[in-house]
Amino acid sequence: MKVARRLLAMVVGVLVLVALAATVLYFLRARAPCRRQPSPSSLAANAAVQTINRGQYLARAGDCVACHTEPGGRQFAGGRPMPTPFGNLYAPNITPDDETGIGRWTVDEFYRMMHQGVSRDGSLLYPVMPFASYTKVTRDDSDALYAYLMSVAPVKQANRKHELKFPFNNRDLLLGWRTLYFKEGEFVPDPKQTAEWNRGAYLVEGLGHCAMCHTAINALGGSSESKAFEGGMIPNQNWYAPSLTSNQEAGLGNWPIQDIVDLLQMGISTRGTTYGPMAEVVYNSLQYVTDEDAKAMAVYLKALPKGESEAPPTSQARLVEPAVMETGRKAYVENCAMCHGDEGKGHPPAFPPLAGNQSITMASPVNSIRMVLNGGYAPGTLRNARPHGMPPFSHILDDAEAAAVVSYIRVAWGNTGAPVTPAQVNELRKLLPE
Amino acid sequence: MAVLRVLELLVRQSRASAAVATGLALAVLAPLAATAADAASAPLHMKDPAITPAFKEVDSIEARVQGCVTCHGDTGQGTSNGYFPRIAGKPSEYLFNQLVGFRDGTRKYPPMNYLVAYLPDGYLHEMASWYAKQRPALPPKPDIAFEPAVLERGKTLAVTGDKGLGLPSCESCHGKTLTGMEPGIPGLVGVRYTYLVGQLTRWRTGDRRAPEPDCMKRIATRMSEADIGAVSAWLAQQTAPSDMSPAPANSGQMPIACGSQR
Repeated sequence: MKVARRLLAMVVGVLVLVALAATVLYFLRARAPCRRQPSPSSLAANAAVQTINRGQYLARAGDCVACHTEPGGRQFAGGRPMPTPFGNLYAPNITPDDETGIGRWTVDEFYRMMHQGVSRDGSLLYPVMPFASYTKVTRDDSDALYAYLMSVAPVKQANRKHELKFPFNNRDLLLGWRTLYFKEGEFVPDPKQTAEWNRGAYLVEGLGHCAMCHTAINALGGSSESKAFEGGMIPNQNWYAPSLTSNQEAGLGNWPIQDIVDLLQMGISTRGTTYGPMAEVVYNSLQYVTDEDAKAMAVYLKALPKGESEAPPTSQARLVEPAVMETGRKAYVENCAMCHGDEGKGHPPAFPPLAGNQSITMASPVNSIRMVLNGGYAPGTLRNARPHGMPPFSHILDDAEAAAVVSYIRVAWGNTGAPVTPAQVNELRKLLPE
Repeated sequence: MAVLRVLELLVRQSRASAAVATGLALAVLAPLAATAADAASAPLHMKDPAITPAFKEVDSIEARVQGCVTCHGDTGQGTSNGYFPRIAGKPSEYLFNQLVGFRDGTRKYPPMNYLVAYLPDGYLHEMASWYAKQRPALPPKPDIAFEPAVLERGKTLAVTGDKGLGLPSCESCHGKTLTGMEPGIPGLVGVRYTYLVGQLTRWRTGDRRAPEPDCMKRIATRMSEADIGAVSAWLAQQTAPSDMSPAPANSGQMPIACGSQR
């Protein structure tokens, strides 16, 4: 009996060993095909996924979500009102829903829309869609964007009709607008510039559509090429988009590249912080651009200012009444110095410096006044998820006091801004913060 | 009398509401506000430590929430301004829900919508849980007198409710000590009359909403303007209990289902 049991145990043991060996062999064989060349169909699938991923990246670089998604609504389903001086426009549904979205669009029709500003049915797009910038996008990138948009979940949501005033509700007028302000054509690299500069130019002038805000818009809703990136008020938002070509404004000619990269990607830098509409751009779009692309944009932006033709500005402190200066100084010491420092040096990048800050001293005081009245938080980004913020002072400082403190920071510590009036503060106080 | 009191309250908050009030309201209130400012001879920017930015370390949550102090106080205790609520000690999840609502526009108040528009969930959670942990003393009660009958009606609504109107008492959900209940029900102690009237009215008109089933909507739409005034008046008179912490979650069967408690 004992021998029989031992024999049985041995047989079972051997069987177990054989089974183990077979299992190991099976898995080794099963893994073997991985070392072979992938089949053509899986290659195609990979390429498709890569295209979609690239399209998603480009959609972020183009900030499509900002206009084509209603706050709290489904992504890309449209419906967000775009207030313009000509009436309200409603961004359309760009999810691939067959009836209400772009589900039936072909890749060629999508490219024609991006490149020429012509919709699928042949109607002309209103230039609130930045096709004057998107025309620079390459066919390859347009196709990737299309692939990505076709891959998102379709949402059935009918487009809202635009509410444009007469005569702007007549799309035929757009023919005139296009003759004046639209130049069709993909980006052409400048062979005299580096590849990095060209990549930056492509992103800034194309998908980034920076000119939509940073180039002044005239009474016809057009922006002239000769004034490119020279700054202007953003219609209906009442923030001033500073010039990118003047070092007196947001020109970055004197900024180290890393500060520009930080401002674009993080929303903050040691020289200044983004708030308002620019914070939105950073939050929705620029925080996702790669280090390489952010640097390329920085290189291009830094090169934009074409030297200083204007004489360097001098102190305007003499224009501020001594009593106003004293009111401003007191209000500053009591309310602002804790974060921005007695000498206006701030605690960068958490609390921005005010001394030598171009956005404080530039000709338009709108943004400084709005910040004092409404405060603001920098955007929470991948590289700066917990931004510092500034509280509103609209309920603490009256018009005269707010004007005095803004005048003070615009002329103190060698700053070269001009004083502001209580009336200017009062105008901005009437607007809703946004 | 009542009209005068309302005007007085409006004057008190007129500066605060300048940022949000309509042009019409401003036009009506401007002369009154000017008189009030003249009467209070001290300059408005006089340093009030409770609403003046201050912190020890730049890299700290205290420094990061400086954007909140001029309206909510340095530790969320609330200020003398009747419209800005005390936020200290409210349940973290309640505060987080409100911040997300302001960010996404489901709760509408433009100064707040603007401030938190581009802040991610994780950070809003951090802010909410910091304020939820604070236990500052209540700021001094505003000196507003109400008719005894109004306070009596308010007390009835808050403590026993009104069966005839189908109104549960405030205490039945906001807790015996009115310090709220985890995770979604805010404390009512230390919140001012103006703010309470404002919120109940917004709920009544559908301007403020909570996740369905929206219990506060059901309650506010059963209340008259007079009842909203009365319960707000009584609540604003209450003094702080020794422990300001909200009651734990599920610490009592609520008389009405609330989406924010799920």
